[in-house]
Formats: sequence, C-alpha cells, structure tokens
Amino acid sequence: MDKIFSTLASCISAQEPVAIATVIERSDVTQGQNPSPAELGATILVSHIRGVQGSLGHEKLDAVVARDVDAALSSGRSVARHYGSAGESRLDDVTVFIDVFAPPPRMIIFGAVDFTTALVKVAKVLGYHVTVCDAREVFATKRRFPDADDVVVAWPHVYLETVADRLGALDAVCVLTHDHKFDIPAIAAALSTSVGYLGAMGSRKTHAERVERLIDAGVEPSLLNEIMAPIGLAIGARTPEETAVAICAEIIARRANAEVRSLRDETGPIHLVAS
Amino acid sequence: MKDLIEDIERWRAGGQRVALARVVAVVGSGPRDPGAAMAINEASEVIGSVSGGCVEGAVVTEALGVIESGEPRLCTFGYSDDEAFAVGLTCGGTVRIFIEPLN
Repeated sequence: MDKIFSTLASCISAQEPVAIATVIERSDVTQGQNPSPAELGATILVSHIRGVQGSLGHEKLDAVVARDVDAALSSGRSVARHYGSAGESRLDDVTVFIDVFAPPPRMIIFGAVDFTTALVKVAKVLGYHVTVCDAREVFATKRRFPDADDVVVAWPHVYLETVADRLGALDAVCVLTHDHKFDIPAIAAALSTSVGYLGAMGSRKTHAERVERLIDAGVEPSLLNEIMAPIGLAIGARTPEETAVAICAEIIARRANAEVRSLRDETGPIHLVAS
Repeated sequence: MKDLIEDIERWRAGGQRVALARVVAVVGSGPRDPGAAMAINEASEVIGSVSGGCVEGAVVTEALGVIESGEPRLCTFGYSDDEAFAVGLTCGGTVRIFIEPLN
C-alpha cells in the first residue's frame, strides 16, 4: 500500500476511476490450508488508464483479482473477496479487500433560478460534481452559482449531447427551468441517456402539458414514467432550500429502492397549505 | 478515503508515521459501508471515521500499535452479551477493520 499510495492519490485528484486490492487476511500452515505467498497488506492498484501496478505475491492471483476489481469498478462498491493462493475460486487461503474510488457522481441542473442556488449547495454536500446550464447568459454566471463546479451557457439539449455518454446510474439530471421551450428538448435528450435520475420541476398541471408536448416531440410514451415530476419527495418543502433537500432525498431514495412518498405518486397541490 | 488523501500526503511529507484504518466488512447493521476510512498519525491526530463514533477510540489505540510495530492487523468489533462492556457497536452489528502502516 505504501508504494502505491502516491499513484492512488494522483488518480483520485485527476478524478480517474481507480481501485486498490489489499490482502487483509491469509491462512498459514497451522490451519492445514495452503500457505499463501501473499503478504498481509500487499496491494495492487488497478486503473483503466494506468493498468495494474504492484503484486499480491502470485501472478495468477494478481490476474484474477484484477478481473474482479474491474467488476467492482463498474458497481462502484468496495468488497472483500476470498481466493486460493493462486487465485482459485471457492478456496479461502487469502482474503482481499477491493476498495473502489469512483469519480464523484454528476448532477446537471438545467435552469439558472433561485432553486438552483440551493440545489447546488445541497448537491455539493452530497459529493456531486455539479454543472449548472442555462441558455440565458445573464442568469448562468459563476457569480450567481459560486458553489457549482461548472456553469455553462448553452441550450440544455445541446449541452447534454456533449456529456450523454458519460452519464450513468449514479448521476442525476434536474430540470428546473419551468419553461417548455427549454424543458421539452432537455427532457427528451435526457431520456435517451443512461442517467439514473431525471426530475423536472413544475406543478401537476405544468407536467401534464409537458407530457403532451413530449409525446408531440416524438418521445416514446413508455419512457415518460422515468421522469420524476413534480420533482422531489412529499415532505412539504416550500423554500428553495427545503425543495433542494426534497429533491436530493428523492434521488437517494430512488437509488436505494427505498419506499417513500414522492410528489409524483400523490395527488393534490404540491405545496401543503399551512394550517 | 478520498477526503483523507491530502492530509495523509501532508503528514507523510512532514516525516510523520501514519496508519490507515479501513472498514473491510460489515455484518448485520453497521453505520458505515466497506471503504469508510480513518487515518492516524504518530502524534495521535485523527481524520475520517469508520463508524458512528462507537469504535473510533479503540481503532486509534490499535492504529498506534500498528505504527509502532509496522505490522498490519485485522480487527473485529462487535457486540455480544459476554462482551457487553467491551468496545462494540450500539447498532448491534459487527465491523471488521483493516489497519496498516503507510510508511
């Protein structure tokens, strides 16, 4: 681990996906199993860009672990696995901890409005790389969104095309524009990506209109169910900050398959009437 | 661990001996997933966390031992009736933590 640590640090600061695999437990002769040549703490680093560095003490074990690291990198989950001394499956001579360091998930927010300022802040707390995009250059300024990683002046669907192939299950697109002119092409474009969460702000009435326009724009009706609209959990949020929490909580819940009430799944006004 | 890298690099550059503790397995209910990490230097400065605060104290003690011996170790923390007063997790789970020297 010691020798590999600097490389790991460089990969992480460059936001490259990287994983390390460390021997955390090994059998010895007294246990009647095959003694493993792997030293406790031996570590390899696996990166698609930099290849495999280091060794766990056996070439075959290195190869098998590197393959499993690839799988862990796709899932984004760190996990401990057991192997034989030469990488055999179903043996337990050596336990290897595969520690995955995926780049931060992305949140792309369309619409440079007040709700956006609050959503950027909450998303940053959760570790997202946040991009704010709006076609109106008066609003889309770094000065208005100092916490955002990027502020882009562009039509949402045009920007989305440039990042579409990089969006995955852990990423989120939030459409806060409230303006069909921008919403419709943005949502249509987002639906054709693999993004894990797509939410759109607006009342039920706004969304009903939006659905009609999306169908008119040629969106496959079966895809409409992917859109979380009205956006957010039904927690009675009113202020931009509360709404940002409701949106982020919905993203977490959807990713975890947790059963909670989303505004989309309810009826009635989205703002609770104060009693 | 991502959040710890900068401090660890600084400690190492300053000639401090450092140990890294990582959650490698959680059985039952545990507060942090595998990969949660904390780092300890020889001056007992601590960054990061491996639980909800339940076992951090014991991990620091183990980590200082790892810095001293230079040998990594795998520790298990959990709750059981006969260990009611030993270090455990209030949530009832068991957590395995691998602690290794970084120098």
